[in-house]
Amino acid sequence: MKDGVNGVALGVFIFFFLAVTVMGFLAARWRKAESEASLDEWGLGGRSFGTWITWFLLGGDLYTAYTFVAVPAAIYAAGAAGFFAVPYTILVYPLIFTFLPRLWSVSHRHGYVTTSDFVRGRFGSKGLSLAVAVTGILATMPYIALQLVGIQAVLDVMGIGGGTDSNWFVKDLPLLIAFGVLAAYTYSSGLRAPALIAFVKDALIYIVIAVAIIYIPIKLGGFDDIFSAANDKFTKAGAGAIVSPPAAQWTYATLALGSALALFMYPHSITATLSSKSREVIRRNTTILPLYSLMLGLLALLGFMAIKSGVDVTNPQLAIPQLFEDMFPSWFAGVAFAAIGIGALVPAAIMSIAAANLFTRNIYKDFIKPDATPEQETKVSKLVSLLVKVGALVFVLTMDKTVAINFQLLGGIWILQTFPALVGGLFTRWFHRWALLAGWATGMIYGTIAAYDVASPTNPGQKHFGGSNAEIPGIGEIGYIGLTAFVLNVLVTVVLTFVLKALKAPEGVDETNPRDYTADAGDPGVEVELPPATAGASH
Amino acid sequence: MSEVPEARPPLVTPVRVVIAVCLIAPFVAMLWVGSYAKTDPAFIGIPFFYWYQMLWVLISTALTMTAYKLWQRDQRGRRGGAE
Repeated sequence: MKDGVNGVALGVFIFFFLAVTVMGFLAARWRKAESEASLDEWGLGGRSFGTWITWFLLGGDLYTAYTFVAVPAAIYAAGAAGFFAVPYTILVYPLIFTFLPRLWSVSHRHGYVTTSDFVRGRFGSKGLSLAVAVTGILATMPYIALQLVGIQAVLDVMGIGGGTDSNWFVKDLPLLIAFGVLAAYTYSSGLRAPALIAFVKDALIYIVIAVAIIYIPIKLGGFDDIFSAANDKFTKAGAGAIVSPPAAQWTYATLALGSALALFMYPHSITATLSSKSREVIRRNTTILPLYSLMLGLLALLGFMAIKSGVDVTNPQLAIPQLFEDMFPSWFAGVAFAAIGIGALVPAAIMSIAAANLFTRNIYKDFIKPDATPEQETKVSKLVSLLVKVGALVFVLTMDKTVAINFQLLGGIWILQTFPALVGGLFTRWFHRWALLAGWATGMIYGTIAAYDVASPTNPGQKHFGGSNAEIPGIGEIGYIGLTAFVLNVLVTVVLTFVLKALKAPEGVDETNPRDYTADAGDPGVEVELPPATAGASH
Repeated sequence: MSEVPEARPPLVTPVRVVIAVCLIAPFVAMLWVGSYAKTDPAFIGIPFFYWYQMLWVLISTALTMTAYKLWQRDQRGRRGGAE
């Protein structure tokens, strides 16, 4: 399979990448705002994005290397177990519907731009706000790592470096290229570049999806043949199945639920949601977004198609790029690779910018340098966005890349621990701030230790962080660590809240009032455009 | 999730119960994996396990849309109230 460089595919790929790069640099001039050096300008695209672009950006969160590479790869390697991504995205919508409009309202009443802002305002606790910010930044790193793995897989299949028998430099060359492009990109033009490119990316992705899910099954002789080939492979290997066996059902359900609860805790998803024009827009859009899930389901089935077409790779992440190379004419394979590559680049850029904004606003300004000038803030943000990417690179280099979905699940374990403070806070003021902090710490520690203890099933060399599932204490079934940690977190929070209330521990000052949570655009005191990410020093 | 009342007129109404059911149904259906972990009946060669879950994408869309419409009506009825 790895028979040198595929010239035509590579040419088409480079063409699209160059085109997108030029757009990226032009983006810096697009709808230019007054001050070039402000964080608002670099990190939020000057906040002049309409609903349209906002939702393209949100789509960018959903169509990533996760959809295109990691999920089909999981299906290719293990069958049904990887399909949990579909119920996961189904469960996301009722959740968004229930709590994001409240977050929108309270944020637009008080000028909150991050989840940390809200938590601090609601509970009057800087410590809790810091915990939420640190978690957001940490959890974003493995998610970005997943995107890097996606770009790497494409470059690898095209024959640029990679391979297992070459020296370390050649082996990791695709990864280093992926990292370099991403870093140069975000550093120079901030959020404007990904916003503009999101259009190109989505167009490319829709074309590739349409072709892949119609053309490939027909060429392979229909779904009957595809599934029986998959069944044969799993039976022969003695691992994986095309239907979840009873022993794997707990894992399946907890992964779906845990991932769904986690998705909208990520800093980048919150940024995108808060930029929509009104709270009703959020609800309206939840009724359209499920289309993404349907596409995800169909893309996931590509994993089975790769088995049927005889793709035989030791690293499952290469399965889908390899399938495209085998099935498509070279030029279209190039288009498909560009779609995957850009589809990983854009979300990685958005994520690293969101994490950097979180650091600057809730750590740098709150704790380190409250009187920072806008220039300093932008400088810090750019630097942190680079550091976040370096962090992501560390994850890629130290963890097993062959099960990339684990990167996203590891991020989920951490980010899920901010759920009680954030979503709990949206509905009730009952929780005590110290209890929330203790619950968060319990969840983080338990989740990290449990994940640390999981050895990789595919790579005997990796003894830690090899998976995201472990036995659920007290139940005995194997389940998603993130959800177990979350349940512990909630238990600790509830028990300690009772204790602290009995002890009359001081509550923080709540600067919000109940009506803030239901306000909509046009109501008194609601700002449609949130203030710049840096103007919130007043509270 | 703990929906604690925040000084509002009647919190639970039949319409709101329907909205809650619409939003909870996908959780019951999707998390009860045993109910759909089987191959038959297949649809155009796709095992039940897969097409059933993808069908639920459409069902949950319809349910969310219903919840949205009902919620809008509920809110219109309460305009001028606490919400």
